[in-house]
Formats: sequence, structure tokens, C-alpha cells
Amino acid sequence: MIPATIVFIYLAIVLYIGIFAFRRGSKTGEDFFLASRSLGPAVFLLSLFGTNMTAVAILGSSGFAYQRGIGVYGLMASSSGVIIPLTLFFIGTRLWALGKKHGHITQVQYLRDRWEMQGIGTFIFALTAVMLIPYIIIGVMGGGTTLETISGGQVPYAVGGGIVAVVVASYVFFGGMRGTAWVNAFQTILFLCFGAIAFTLIARSLGGLDVTMQQLASSPKTAPLLSRERIPTPEFFSYMFIPLSSIMFPHIAIMCLTAEKIGHFKKTIIFYPICIMLIWLPSVYLGVVAASQYPNLTPGQANDVIIRLLTDKTSVVVAGILGAGIMACVMASDSQILALSTMFTEDLFAYYGGRKKFGPGAEVWAGRAFIVLIGVVSYLIALELKDKANIFDLAVRFAFSGFAALSPIMLAALFWKRSTKWGALAAAGWVLFSVLGNWYLTAISDSIAPKPPAAAKPAVVGEPANPAAPPAVGRPPKPAPPVQIYPALGNMFLRGPTNVTVYGFLPVMPMVLISGLLMWLVSLATPPPSQATIDKYFPPRNKR
Amino acid sequence: MKYLIALWVVLVIALHQDFWNWTNKALVFGFLPIGLAYHACYSLVASLTMWMLVSYLWPSELEDGEGSHEGKSGGTLSVKPVPVTSAPGEGNRL
Repeated sequence: MIPATIVFIYLAIVLYIGIFAFRRGSKTGEDFFLASRSLGPAVFLLSLFGTNMTAVAILGSSGFAYQRGIGVYGLMASSSGVIIPLTLFFIGTRLWALGKKHGHITQVQYLRDRWEMQGIGTFIFALTAVMLIPYIIIGVMGGGTTLETISGGQVPYAVGGGIVAVVVASYVFFGGMRGTAWVNAFQTILFLCFGAIAFTLIARSLGGLDVTMQQLASSPKTAPLLSRERIPTPEFFSYMFIPLSSIMFPHIAIMCLTAEKIGHFKKTIIFYPICIMLIWLPSVYLGVVAASQYPNLTPGQANDVIIRLLTDKTSVVVAGILGAGIMACVMASDSQILALSTMFTEDLFAYYGGRKKFGPGAEVWAGRAFIVLIGVVSYLIALELKDKANIFDLAVRFAFSGFAALSPIMLAALFWKRSTKWGALAAAGWVLFSVLGNWYLTAISDSIAPKPPAAAKPAVVGEPANPAAPPAVGRPPKPAPPVQIYPALGNMFLRGPTNVTVYGFLPVMPMVLISGLLMWLVSLATPPPSQATIDKYFPPRNKR
Repeated sequence: MKYLIALWVVLVIALHQDFWNWTNKALVFGFLPIGLAYHACYSLVASLTMWMLVSYLWPSELEDGEGSHEGKSGGTLSVKPVPVTSAPGEGNRL
């Protein structure tokens, strides 16, 4: 129960941070939703990075590395380490400047104004909101599951999920963006510091990492984990498109508007790849190390390998502190809840007359009402669909592709005068169609999906491994080849153990490329916005 | 300089696809798989690249916009609606 107690202390601290932020804030909408655009460079870096780090970073990456090896770092971390800072450099800074100049607070506000559109803006709002919601639900589910695991079952899933939902909704409710940013900064420091400590302690308890690596290398079953053999080349390549989603997630785009000065982006852009490395490198490494300690876990069980290592290889106090760090990742839904509330308030409530009818002060209370509503609804859904977490896992995966495929819209809005709202509509419509199509293809091909290498004997959760045990011997399991979903179409749609590919590439690649093509072609075929609007966003050089 | 850095960024993105390490299981310093060591170094190179970008190609023209919005609205977003299409029903429906 000690680890659970430490996690509860952690939850109390973040709740206090939220209430403290409430005392420091003013009562304006800009203060609640954007912390008055006043975040300093350190908080901006830590909170932006923390906002991007979810349970995927620690739990997902180590579980994935357990199955597919060290290539997971290149697949997800080093690609993000170069693409995300580039999007911050080219898109984030411009969103910040335009928001500061014209008072935008959401992406849709900017797009509506940039292209003189109304209904299309509402469509893009609905699309982004729908793709964001599964993320919030999975955060509550992850909180419930983690508390249940850390407490050894003494805190049931329903209670744990409820506690997480109440704590997150409370500090977002009181603290708004300032509270959320401070909590994210605190969480980032927590898992950067204690992640390093945990890595060191686990390495020492294993008797040296070189011994463990030699053990893995000597077994034909685990040796492929030390290379990229289990990751097909087209999949590795197409993963480069996934980080384009980051800047299109509403919580990241809104977070970009909170910096006090544009110069604060500089440190964030430079240090972002290093922050990613500090979190992901130990997580991926430990995921591979876990293959020598807990052989034959199923893919679902593999997501717990970090918690298993912590429990078995460190003291209960360290495990508790690290459990709090993991909770920090799981609770990344705070900024998503705030972003959704901001979008509802600004893009619907205020835009469709709420501001005029109830006055400017009503916006903050509308935002807070939405936060409570989102907290309650996501908790109820998390309770109802407890054993169907994979549905939301899937939805989140599709959402990443969907947000990445929205990036050409933002690029066109920022850099191409001639782009039009019809181009944006075509691209957004394609995103909706392709996300649903991906979902459909995945659902209908479930029955024919090749199975991952069979687990000979699933280990029992919490069962300590025997490091002295000889490594498993035999031939490495041969990955099953993907199956054609429509044999008449050849390799166009292939189904692997977990996902659908298009000629072997992840769907995100054609989604982004076709979205960009539609944006371009349809814009050329339709009339541009008025010259006044173009001049507003692309001031003629002699007028600057 | 602009084109050199742009070329460097393209090169860095291309270097992510280190196909020559695909099946290499060698251990650097006896404990770090070479594919992981390469991508850890790659992260450092990415950070260096970002330093080059912000040092030499920083969009300083965007700094002109600093402070312009607060001056008009007193720091309260809610009284500064987005102007061109600020309400439905005005002008183009879409």
C-alpha cells in the first residue's frame, strides 16, 4: 500500500498546484484559457513537453520495445525529436504571433478568420473534438488501471478512475491554463528526475546491463530485439509522418499561444529532442531488458513491464515515487480536457452568440461547466467500457493519423495566400473519410489478421523473474506475413498483426499526402478569400 | 546560409533512415545496441540542428506582433472577437 499512498500524496500536490494557480489568476477568459499568454521559458518548455508526453511515452514505448526491440526508439522518439521541433519552429511560432496580434485562442478561430468561413470551421471543430475525446477517456481508464495495479488491487478500478477524474477536473477547473501548465511542468520534472534514478537502480539490481545484453544477444529468440529486424522498412519510414499530428492536437496548438514572448520558443525547440531522449531512451532500453526478465508475455501484459521492473527491482518507496511519475504521464489528459473546454467555449458558445447574450464574463464559467461535464462523461464511459480499452487505444491511434493528415490545412493557411476554405473542406472531409475507412478496414480484417508469435507460457503479474535462469533457446519466432484484405486489389490493403497498411506503409502516409494534394487542387479550382483578408494575414511588404 | 541550413535539415531527416544498421546487433561499450546508440546520437544532432535554425533562420519579423492584441483589448480575450466572420449569419454561410 506504500506505493499507492505516495501516489495519493502526489495527487494532493497537483491538486494544490491547481488551487494555488487559481489564487494567482485573474477572472478574464484570456487568463483562464491561456494564462494571459504569460508563461516564462522554463515553464513553457516543461509544460509543452509534458503535455506531449502521455502514457504512450513510458508504458507504451517499453511494452512496444519488449515486443519489437530497440527500433521503437527510432520509430517513435527520434522521429518526433526532429519533426515536432520543426513544426514548433514553422507553425507554432506563427500561430503564437497571429494569436497575439488578432486575439485568436483556438485553431478554428484562426482558420475561420483566415478563410472567411463559418460552417466549415464548425466542421473542423467537430472533427478535432471527436478525435480528441478518446484520448481523454483513455486517460481516465489509464489512471484507474494504474492505481489498481500499484495498490495491488486495494484501490479498485472504478475508485481509481474516479479519483483521477476528480483530481484532474478539479485542478483544471480552478487553475485553468496556468494550473495545467504548472502541473505539467511539475510532472515533467518528476519523471525526468526519478526516471533517471529508477533506471540506475534497476540497472544495478540486474548485476550490470552488459550481462543482461549479452544474455539477450546469445538467445536466438531475443537477439532480434537488439536490432530493427522486427520492424519492416516501409513501416519505419512512414512513422516519420506521425509527429506531424503534434501541432494539430488542439491542446498543443493552444499551449503554443501561452508563451509570454516568441523568444521562449527558442529553448523549447532546441531542447525538445534532448527531453524526448531522456524519457524514451531508458523506457525503450528497459522494455528490451524486460524481455530477459519476463519472457513470453502477451502484448497486453507487455505494457506493464516497467511497473513489473519497478516492483521487483527497486524498493517500495522508489516504486511508489515512480508510480507517481507514471501517473503523471497517464494524467496528461488535463491539457486535453482544458483544450476541449476552450474549443467548446470559444468555437461554439461564444461564436454562436453566447458572448453577446451572457457577456464576456460568462465564458470562464461556460468553460468550467464544460470541464465538469467532460470529467463526468469520460468517467462514466470509462466505467462502462472498462474491458474495452482496446477500442480507445485504436481510436487514439487513428486520431494520431487523423491529426497528422490535418497538418496540410494549417500549413496552407499559414504559408499559401491562394489557399481557400474549399481546399480546407476537401482536406478535412478526406481526413474524416480516411479515418473511418481505416477503422472499417481494421474491423473487417480482425478475423484474418495474422497472430503475433504465440506466448508459450504467460507470466503471472508480479511474479519475480529468475535472472539466473538460462535464456530460452530455439529458433526465433518467425513473424507471420501480412494478409491481403482484398485479394483482387493485391497488396494495396494489407493486414498485419495489429494494423492495416497500404502497400506496406502505414495509412498515415497516404492520408497526409492526399490531404495535401486535395488542399492544393481544390484551392486552385476555387476563389480565394477577399484581398482584405489576404492582406491582413500576408501584409504587403511595403506596409510592414 | 539559408540554403545550406535547409539542405542540412533535409540531410538530417534523411539520416533517420539508417538502413545500414537494420540487422546490426553490435553492442557499443558492451551494453548499448548500435541501432539505439545511433538514434541517441541522432537526437543530439537534431538538437544541434534546431540550434542552427533558431540561431540563423529565426523569424524575427514575427516579433513585431508582440503586444499588439493586449493594447486593443486590455488583455481580455473575450472582448476581442475575431473580426471578419465573427458571427454566423453574416456574409458567407460556409
